[in-house]
Amino acid sequence: MAFQLIVNGRSTAVEVPADMPLLWVIRDVLKLKGTKYGCGIGQCGACTVHLSGKAVRSCQTPVSAAAKAPITTLEGLSADGTHPVQLAWLEIDVPQCGYCQAGQMMSAAALLAKTPKPTDQDINSAMNGNLCRCGTYIRIRQAIHKAAEIGTTSKLKKPSEFAVGQSGAQE
Amino acid sequence: MVVNRRSFLRVTSLAGGGVLLGLYIKPPKASAQFGPPVAQVPNNFIKIDPDGTVTIMAKDPEVGQGVKTMLPMLIAEELDADWKMVKIQQTDFDDTKYALQFAGGSLATPFNWDPMRRVGAAGRQLLVSAAAKTWGVPEAECSTAAGRVLHTRSNKSVGYGEIASKAAAMPPPDLQKVKLKDPKDYRIIGHSQRGVDTPKIVTGKPVFAIDFALPNMLFAVYQKCPVFAGKVVSANLDEIKTMPGVRDAFVVEGDVKGGTIVEQEPGLEPGVAIVADSWWQAQTAREKLQVKWDEGHGASQSSVGFAQKAQELSHQHPVKTLRKDGDPDGALGSAVKVVEAAYAYPFISHAPLEPQNCTAHWQGDKIEIWSNTQVPGGGRTLVAKTLGIAEKEVTIHMQRGGGGFGRRLTNDYMVESAWISKKVNAPVKLLWTREDDFGHDYYRPGGFQFLKAGLDGSGKIVAWRNHFISWGDGDKPSPQSTMSATEFPARYIPNYALHWSTQPLWLKTGALRAPGSNVYAFVIQSFIDELAHAAGKDPLEFRLALLDNPPPDSGKPDEPVPGLRLPQLDPKRVRGVLQLVSEKSGWDKRKDTSGRAMGIAFHFSHMGYFAEVADVSVSAEKRVKVHKVWVAADIGSQIINPNFAENLVHGAVIDGLSELMGQQITLEGGAVMQQNYDKHTMVRMAQAPEIEVHWLKTNNPPTGLGEPALPPVLPAVCNAIFTASGARVRETPLVKSGYSWA
Repeated sequence: MAFQLIVNGRSTAVEVPADMPLLWVIRDVLKLKGTKYGCGIGQCGACTVHLSGKAVRSCQTPVSAAAKAPITTLEGLSADGTHPVQLAWLEIDVPQCGYCQAGQMMSAAALLAKTPKPTDQDINSAMNGNLCRCGTYIRIRQAIHKAAEIGTTSKLKKPSEFAVGQSGAQE
Repeated sequence: MVVNRRSFLRVTSLAGGGVLLGLYIKPPKASAQFGPPVAQVPNNFIKIDPDGTVTIMAKDPEVGQGVKTMLPMLIAEELDADWKMVKIQQTDFDDTKYALQFAGGSLATPFNWDPMRRVGAAGRQLLVSAAAKTWGVPEAECSTAAGRVLHTRSNKSVGYGEIASKAAAMPPPDLQKVKLKDPKDYRIIGHSQRGVDTPKIVTGKPVFAIDFALPNMLFAVYQKCPVFAGKVVSANLDEIKTMPGVRDAFVVEGDVKGGTIVEQEPGLEPGVAIVADSWWQAQTAREKLQVKWDEGHGASQSSVGFAQKAQELSHQHPVKTLRKDGDPDGALGSAVKVVEAAYAYPFISHAPLEPQNCTAHWQGDKIEIWSNTQVPGGGRTLVAKTLGIAEKEVTIHMQRGGGGFGRRLTNDYMVESAWISKKVNAPVKLLWTREDDFGHDYYRPGGFQFLKAGLDGSGKIVAWRNHFISWGDGDKPSPQSTMSATEFPARYIPNYALHWSTQPLWLKTGALRAPGSNVYAFVIQSFIDELAHAAGKDPLEFRLALLDNPPPDSGKPDEPVPGLRLPQLDPKRVRGVLQLVSEKSGWDKRKDTSGRAMGIAFHFSHMGYFAEVADVSVSAEKRVKVHKVWVAADIGSQIINPNFAENLVHGAVIDGLSELMGQQITLEGGAVMQQNYDKHTMVRMAQAPEIEVHWLKTNNPPTGLGEPALPPVLPAVCNAIFTASGARVRETPLVKSGYSWA
């Protein structure tokens, strides 16, 4: 079936089965690899994206339920990596393996959009659906508070502004 | 990797200016786990371009342990490079250039601390020589700073890039004689450096193996029998082949040999492969797949049966006595007080968040592979053997892994993808589902320990006997199913026996983060706590007193990798971390109450010393809250990348809490009952405690950190639960005994 998807502000037509999870449409049809597959049953949160501004598990969202509503993935959180959550994650250097972090950041961004100054209790509730196998929860919590502090304007460096050694440009 | 008299530096000029520095290193001996021996050939670690960019090769697999940032830091420090001008490049697997390339055993630091710094120092020496010659000044008058050679007296300075071509013409220095920095002058080591891939991760760049794609790549799923190595009798392949997008579906016979032991890499497991244009199509077709299996002899296995058999074995003569000092039975007979306890722990799964996957491209008579394996050498051997090609026809590109924890020390998913790619003669990405991963892991072996110890009238342990029940065929152990004869408290109790018995197991077992230690610490440090309470002593004082007992003999050192002899437990270093954790946690001033208490434990593994204190509440309904964990760590003289190191320790503590509370793999009819994270749970945000990490820097070479921080947290929490509630936990996971997180 054909569906019109609005992903990161761009409208795209996709021809896929109606029950195909949004996760696989994003990863394998639209080739946006930031959103991750972890469990397929909505337990780990690695696939979290925003659907009409709300954090949803894209592995549990059939593409038919996502048509014509704005979808945001980590790649669309900001044009240049300057969303407060991205800047804070970079500043705190949250990741270990990094695999869950796209989902963590999307849940955090949805929380901050609704609750700009979250308490620890707010963070516990909003982040409960996101597993981190490496156990970076302490850094994630710090980064959410940091992102709240940064707000919408920031003097922190963008990912692209890190010198080669720190941005790890390869090849 | 050791720099020795057969190691030397190799210098190459680059076309267009610049210099390339390599290192000849002594090849390591063969190792079953980490691959075959390699030839002695040059390898290249540093490239300096005329514009001053220093490219440093990261040779080891990155699975979240931070090695891609850490190893280049060692080179950059001694090279005296400007870290901002350093570019880090992940190498492919090439043991002719880089010798040992693996992620395991917390060995990257001890193996590379010396040689990587010497490579950097030799590079610096060359640049200094070139500048001194150019200026006509003595080398001794020159210094370096952040990517420049300086001659302060004449106020001259030159960038590394500008002098690199000249450096390439200088005679290479002797690696053994290069001058290493005084650690007080470090500007990179010991200073927190951001993870090299963090900017890409926070912007969603495709950095993981699962993200890798080739043009015209097909996607595969692979259905295996729920019982290990069960064979395919028949399958509705004709129907599957008609499903949308499906290119092929076929049975793979596999080559796992029947037997009484499942080896470390048992081979290609039987199953049904479905190959389609997209992964979702392959997976959708799989839902219609009907397979008749010949489950084989594994089908009679159950966790209930294993526990019953272990009880029986505990009453029988052991298969083997791994250590005996003095007269344990006699001393138990004459002890004033005897304490007996049976401990048990389950199989658990690694469950790294990135499911197993691998991309393979068969090209007629050779194959190219993109993988996040922790042991590319082992993968190459397995693929070559299974496909019937020479090892040199297997190329492995190393991809970032979304977690390792030991799961990617075996290459089952790699050989499956290679086989499927060859069969369909196309590039193929194989991706397992989470259920495939839980159902077909190399599980942390469960086990049983039957302990008995005796105290004398002063409350001192005079006898200790352990009957350890694990897996194997007689005295031939399944992988990861033995215990070292030097495991603490061996050597510290005069009458000591470690007996061992096995029962057969037709299931893959393997190393999980802090293998062995992740259960030994739980059992041993919990039982020592039982003895402390029986003796009426403070659990910390009791442990310190135990360390005062002089070791009766040094025993044979552990050698996990041929040539690497692990030092034995040093009681001074244990005492150091125990005292530090006591001071930081306020152990002496603690106010334990009914319902909330502190527990303490220590463990020595992977050359690291860790003592931990947990502050824990437990309610009458067995709801547990870990408020805070204090960690004191001695991993030598340097914490190479402090911010990341602290993050790793947080993770190890949280990982340990997950294992303690919610993780078990059980078998019924030979099949694994837990298929996803809902049944094999992890700590979530609200349950993560506050964690305070304190480093005790001692005059010892730096050692690894990925693993040794984990083991003590399990007994520290269990010991706190005992003090708070009077209930002694002797089995994990806690959910099995009715506990849950508050």
